[in-house]
Amino acid sequence: MLELALKGNKKYFGWITALLVLVGIGFGAYLNQLGFGLGITGMSRDVSWGFYIAQFTFLVGVAAGGVMVVLPYYLHDYKAFAKVTILGEFLAIAAITMCLLFILVDLGQPMRMFNVILYPTPNSVLFWDMIVLNGYLFLNIVIGWNVLEAERNNVHYPKWLKPLIYLSIPWAVGIHTVTAFLYCGLPGRGFWLTAILAPRFLSSAFAAGPALLILLCMIIRKVTNFDPGKEQIQSLAKIVAYAICLNVFFLLCEVFVVFYSQIPEHMDHLRYLFFGLQGKSSLVPWMWTSMALMVLSIILLVNPTTRKNENVLTVSCLMVFAGTWIDKGLGMISGGFVPSPLHHVTEYAPTVPELLITIGVYGAGFLVLTILYKMAVGVKEEVRS
Amino acid sequence: MAGVAVLGIGAKPVLDVLAAGQGEVAGSFKLQKGEGALNAKQWAMVIDTRKVEKASDLEPMISACHKIHNVPQMENKNHEIKWIWEEEYHYAFPTATSRYMNEHAEHIPFLVLCNHCENPPCVRACPTKATFKRESDGIVMMDFHRCIGCRFCMAACPYGARSFNFRDPRPFIKETNKEFPTRMKGVVEKCNYCAERIAVGKLPACVEASNGILTFGDLFDPNSAVRELLKSNFTIRRKQSLGTEPSVYYIV
Amino acid sequence: MSDKKIFLMKDKNIFLIKDKKYIIAGLAFFIALFTFPFWYNSGKAAPGPEIKLTDMAKEAKECVMPTAYMRAEHMQLLDIWRQSVVRNSDNIYVNPSGKAFTMSLSNTCLDCHSNKAEFCDKCHDYASVRPYCFDCHIDKPKEIK
Repeated sequence: MLELALKGNKKYFGWITALLVLVGIGFGAYLNQLGFGLGITGMSRDVSWGFYIAQFTFLVGVAAGGVMVVLPYYLHDYKAFAKVTILGEFLAIAAITMCLLFILVDLGQPMRMFNVILYPTPNSVLFWDMIVLNGYLFLNIVIGWNVLEAERNNVHYPKWLKPLIYLSIPWAVGIHTVTAFLYCGLPGRGFWLTAILAPRFLSSAFAAGPALLILLCMIIRKVTNFDPGKEQIQSLAKIVAYAICLNVFFLLCEVFVVFYSQIPEHMDHLRYLFFGLQGKSSLVPWMWTSMALMVLSIILLVNPTTRKNENVLTVSCLMVFAGTWIDKGLGMISGGFVPSPLHHVTEYAPTVPELLITIGVYGAGFLVLTILYKMAVGVKEEVRS
Repeated sequence: MAGVAVLGIGAKPVLDVLAAGQGEVAGSFKLQKGEGALNAKQWAMVIDTRKVEKASDLEPMISACHKIHNVPQMENKNHEIKWIWEEEYHYAFPTATSRYMNEHAEHIPFLVLCNHCENPPCVRACPTKATFKRESDGIVMMDFHRCIGCRFCMAACPYGARSFNFRDPRPFIKETNKEFPTRMKGVVEKCNYCAERIAVGKLPACVEASNGILTFGDLFDPNSAVRELLKSNFTIRRKQSLGTEPSVYYIV
Repeated sequence: MSDKKIFLMKDKNIFLIKDKKYIIAGLAFFIALFTFPFWYNSGKAAPGPEIKLTDMAKEAKECVMPTAYMRAEHMQLLDIWRQSVVRNSDNIYVNPSGKAFTMSLSNTCLDCHSNKAEFCDKCHDYASVRPYCFDCHIDKPKEIK
């Protein structure tokens, strides 16, 4: 079926070329990082995880969000999603690919990465993260490919696929829970040491993932002959609405717990993010922007008139994506490391080489996404004709 | 042996040199501790802060450690590597601090280092067991050969005791101690309770240079020097409520 | 549906027949390229590495293990050593003939073989191997009198 991705118009190949250029730039920057060390990034002894891990965390959520189209169709027979489950599964593949690449570029000794397999350590959450991420990637590749192949040949997908599909649903919840467990089990990091971290991760995942899916559906509708459907997009929009409400609610719960209990150690992290601490406040404008984006998107998504208007919906989805990206990407990681366990404030900002590598990884992910989506759309156009 | 393959058919001289005696078996070798090695079930340290008056009291301990372990002096503060250093009381003990304090404790510098916890969260976090708690003596060790540089241990440590090599440290080592390896870029490092000195019967470098401020011994031996000190003095440890059971005690 | 499949297969067949000469030419080029090192170097064997022992090494006559074993398996031995010293806190190695050594690359191996450039590097360079041990473990070249 991959041959469907090799045929396209000038715009398609122009887009692929642009992505390849981004990948090339990122690769070059990465070679630079391999030679010099992670010192070319903005990370420090106090803030030892930065942009790469932030993107990884955010994209695990996007990958898990794909389950939001699979679950209604396979578990509850919501026939409307029949055409779009493949889009969710392929988005998951692209997102997980980016996650694995981000982990790779973050490692200080990437040539030793197989040590995680050679010396399995079940008490380490990172070990389980490796397992669940690769498992989810494998599941989605097998499921997506076979379902699409079956659609192309107008047959039902093979029976053995059903248990795998059922497995992928709790597995999707699993990948993001395990990723949350990376953070929420560390005794030294009070900002992350909260039972609500996993639910918060999931709620922002189920907002960001389907929001991106809506945006991708709109793009597909514009550049191909395949229309995912108005009803489908509206159902996704309702899911995003509920999820983003939950995400902001969970955040407000955190704010209450911290500021009503008045425990200084707990307050300090949120104080740093939203008001600044010890004179350092570089993240403050970002956090308030994220809040504004998320609250505004709630208003626009909950209100049926603005939700049904697809132009406004596009804007709302962009706001959801940007707001959750800032909240989870910048806010959560930096907030956990600042102030440090010794109460020092060291700020973090990504450097240019770091951003170039990030762009390269995003380019690679979108390349995978483009090829897979071209394949899916190609099959649907073929079946229709 | 890729290089050998490329050299073509004339590989015989190479094979003669390199592969002779493939059939030799290692035989029965033995691995054992040195005779003079110090032994303990759980090494611990007691820092008598009453004997500290100013920063220069702590400098010899810090420089002794950093010198013999080839700890580099990085230019960029973000990349700094330190195994042992000094902090003011409310940075070393942020959960046990008050506004109105004993004047001595408020003004002297406190020595901080890896606490070699009995229940270390960094060891729980490491995905490759590159950092591990040695069963023989309780030291939380780093295996630099296995570390993949994921820095999960750094996130897990509640004491900020770990440093990462953001770049090649060798240009920044002032005086190389040839008897101890340097590290390479991309691995995490921290205090190792001078495991290499303990193995040959010496006390940790900081203890030796401390002029009586530091005492080192077996926490699980009721008759050891550290246990005597713990029995007769009030001590505190950093972030005690987290359950990590640090093995570094401070007499205040 | 089955019509479609036959049509596709037919497509493949037509592709094959038309491009036969390109495929064979490509294959020939590929084989020539990948066997290049063998036929370019035939008959020209580079001489094996000549390693020099220090006086200290010559005096000791035998290394930690017999020379043949060391040549073939010193990497594995160093692995055993590092496992033992770092992970098990045992730092004395008693070889099968009963002789005891402190397990240390820098302080035992390189103490005797202090001429890394003429000893270790000679074989490593010849075999095009770059062990990263020396990124951390310091070799201690002795003064040449």
